[in-house]
Amino acid sequence: MKRGKKDYAKLVGFYTLVVAIILYAVFPFYYAILSSFKSGSALFEVNYFPFSLDFGNYGSVFTGQNFGQSIWNSVLVSFGVVALSLLLGLTGAFALARVRFRGRGLLLMTILGVSMFPAVAVLSGMFELIRFTGMQDSLWSLVFSYMIFTLPFTVWVLTTFMRDLPLELEEAAIMDGATPWQTITQVFMPLMWPALVTTGLLAFIQAWNEFLFALTFILVDEQRTVPVAIALMGGNTPRELPWGNIMAASVVVTLPVVALVLIFQRRIVAGLTDGAVKG
Amino acid sequence: MPMSNLTRSRVRSAWIFLVPMLVILALVAGWPLFRTIWYGFTDANLSDPEARQFVGFENYLRRGDDGEWYGLLAEFGDKGNWWLSVWNTVKFAVVSVFLETVLGLVIALVLNASFKMRGLVRTAVLIPWAIPTIVSAKMWQWILNGQYGMMNDLLMTLGILSQPLSWTADPDLAMASVIAVDVWKTTPFMTLLILAALQMLPSNCYEAARVDGIHPVKVFFKVTLPLIRPALMVAVIFRFLDALRVFDLIYILTSNSKDTMTMSVYVRQQMVDFAEMGYGSAASTMLFIIIALITIAYLKIGRVSFEGGR
Repeated sequence: MKRGKKDYAKLVGFYTLVVAIILYAVFPFYYAILSSFKSGSALFEVNYFPFSLDFGNYGSVFTGQNFGQSIWNSVLVSFGVVALSLLLGLTGAFALARVRFRGRGLLLMTILGVSMFPAVAVLSGMFELIRFTGMQDSLWSLVFSYMIFTLPFTVWVLTTFMRDLPLELEEAAIMDGATPWQTITQVFMPLMWPALVTTGLLAFIQAWNEFLFALTFILVDEQRTVPVAIALMGGNTPRELPWGNIMAASVVVTLPVVALVLIFQRRIVAGLTDGAVKG
Repeated sequence: MPMSNLTRSRVRSAWIFLVPMLVILALVAGWPLFRTIWYGFTDANLSDPEARQFVGFENYLRRGDDGEWYGLLAEFGDKGNWWLSVWNTVKFAVVSVFLETVLGLVIALVLNASFKMRGLVRTAVLIPWAIPTIVSAKMWQWILNGQYGMMNDLLMTLGILSQPLSWTADPDLAMASVIAVDVWKTTPFMTLLILAALQMLPSNCYEAARVDGIHPVKVFFKVTLPLIRPALMVAVIFRFLDALRVFDLIYILTSNSKDTMTMSVYVRQQMVDFAEMGYGSAASTMLFIIIALITIAYLKIGRVSFEGGR
């Protein structure tokens, strides 16, 4: 088939659009990486291609401040959140998906409702609870309070996934005299890795990124998480922000998340559409 | 009967499994919400919440000794920023979700076509979504910097601007800048959900349309859009709920500035910066009610026109 002039024009138009989309999505982060390798006065000259490769910002961000500690805090909180929400989500989802009992539909709707909660609406009540339990300035306050974002979503996605698993599996397990806990850990868990990876990753990302609670409940520098540490990075004067350091810190905390998302992109897309479209 | 015994023991173990999850949910959501509403009727201060007095609806509306009305509901104009922040939030949410939907549709349609670099483009499109909100806010703050920012340099090099603009400080530009950054960050979410819906569409209606020689634009509006409408409505409500509680982005880009103050920023300012725990809690409660009402209205209106079957 011969292509006419009109077809070529269409093709050129289409690929122009494709290139524009790529530039729009990637360029800001590319520019942040570029800036993170510049220091001194070079930082304040705009250029669009890598001219300098100065690791100074990466060195100073780890030596001058508690940034290494902040990364460690964020890692602890995020893994704690993932572990707790998967444990509670898995057992809760088993009950909601596999056992018929009165009030099940109502419970599911309530859980979905909680997932739409604006977190700021519970700020003062949560603050009081955290102060009352003595968790203030401790990372536990964050592991605990982040359950409001991660738990409803985890339960919801795992329930929809578990509901579709064949009944025969469970019947066989019951015949063999397995307890419900054994059924979950030995029969369902091996089949549920895809769903567990997806919900775990999304919980991890939410915990890694959360800002409002981390800013409010933790007031000592040693216990800060990464987003708050970056937000509070200041210079000698309030008007002079250390942009080189901020960009270096941003790149350091973003690369692992971007890598995770790109490696697991198919699973994440599946999880998001499960949570949103089926919900 | 053995079967009913088994059923009974299953139901019992189901509840044992459910209880820890429900207790945690009640502790992180139910109880704090109840306490927040309750604090809204007190004059508690953040530094010492124990020393509080019940003040009824005074945080919401009260008559001052000078005969003027005070309280959240009276915070119009120079009396306070509450209604301004409600208006800012709604404006922010409506405009940014609208732009994200349009952009998300365009990008999803591109990704739905088959071409060589498709995998690469899909990966690239995901990057803004993967970047933590704080990081993307800081990144854009640097790009939009009035003195050294790349945006001014780029637009002046291209001859679009004759002099640099202060994107986040200028009252006329601040809201637009904040919306632009939010659109950049969240369009991938829209794109993914729309793409998932597009890929589930049956291909036979498209072939029929092509055989009949119907213009692609007409096919889009008459076939594609109605078919993906349910998925689109769900994606829009998810994003809209998210946009109504926006905090991080605005707090970083424009701090407590009046021009972009949203409900969440207002609540935090009252509660933390001014230590007005009671008043802030009343604002929290209002925020909760407003978001709940908007959600219900959206679901109702969405369903009505949906059943109207256009």
